[in-house]
Amino acid sequence: MKKTEILIIGTHPDIVKTIVRLINNREDWNGTGVLSAAEAINAFEATPFTVVLFGGGITEQEEQELTTHFTARHASVICIRHYGGGSGLLYGEIQQALLSN
Amino acid sequence: MAQSVLHTAASRGVADHGWLKSYQTFSFSGYFNPERMRFGALRVLNDDIVAGSKGFGDHPHDNMEIISIPLSGELKHQDSMGNAAVIREGEIQVMSAGTGIYHTEYNNLPQEPACFLQIWLFPNQRNVTPRYHQLSYKELAVPNQWQQLLSPNPNDEGVWIYQDAWFNKGVFDAGTTTSYTLKKPGNGVYVFVIDGEVEVNNQPLHARDGLGIWDTDAITVNISSKADILLMEVPMTL
Repeated sequence: MKKTEILIIGTHPDIVKTIVRLINNREDWNGTGVLSAAEAINAFEATPFTVVLFGGGITEQEEQELTTHFTARHASVICIRHYGGGSGLLYGEIQQALLSN
Repeated sequence: MAQSVLHTAASRGVADHGWLKSYQTFSFSGYFNPERMRFGALRVLNDDIVAGSKGFGDHPHDNMEIISIPLSGELKHQDSMGNAAVIREGEIQVMSAGTGIYHTEYNNLPQEPACFLQIWLFPNQRNVTPRYHQLSYKELAVPNQWQQLLSPNPNDEGVWIYQDAWFNKGVFDAGTTTSYTLKKPGNGVYVFVIDGEVEVNNQPLHARDGLGIWDTDAITVNISSKADILLMEVPMTL
């Protein structure tokens, strides 16, 4: 089964770890977590992510710069903000993003 | 002209985990309905029943304004900022999750279920320093009048949050007519009937029904049978 690759970027290590675990609870999704914009750029070089989630601690400017960088390399990537830091909104955010693709 | 969206009690998502029964007005966790994603900045309206001594173990939140309003029973809250408190009916608790917070939430009583509304609003600022506050509003409640529970202003009545939102609650007798004037242009108001029967702008509502109204300055509420009502005024755009 081809899994949907999802990148989560946030500065709170425990929350990023939790989000990755929650994403990986879904057998058709694969989550990768990074803690900075630089790590996100490196991860994106290695993996063609379908969805990118901007989590807590990422500034609006970083979001804009990363979105520009990612869409220039992979036009169909979906970049969205993640809110809530847990399972409550996560699945809905990703499913909504995939529906809009 | 005012626009509205009706969410009847029976149309809500339901999650039954044994220890927790949760009725969800908007998509949440395993309940996903693309037409039920939010009402403006109001993203979560969960009507939760937690069994005695059970609850939510340590879990994180970030960038969300989280409001808990107990309807019966007691909830015990502990968080990574060192706060530990019990909240009961007549009290409201707010957490600005901001850059990140961990907390637990348990029914503080061994036998009696804890029933509470858990409400999440998108914040108007991301990555704020996390904060927690709770207060009792019971002593100031006046029958047949709205009571402000929440606002964006630290010096105003009730708790405050990082959003241009105002919550009002009231218990009204049958036959009463009341109104609510919105505080901020462009905001909408979400009416949630906790108990009783009302008509809002001539739309009949029963217990646990919700009605979102926008493109209006005010609403009129006719009380058909004694009713406990929560009004949530929120921005319609993020």
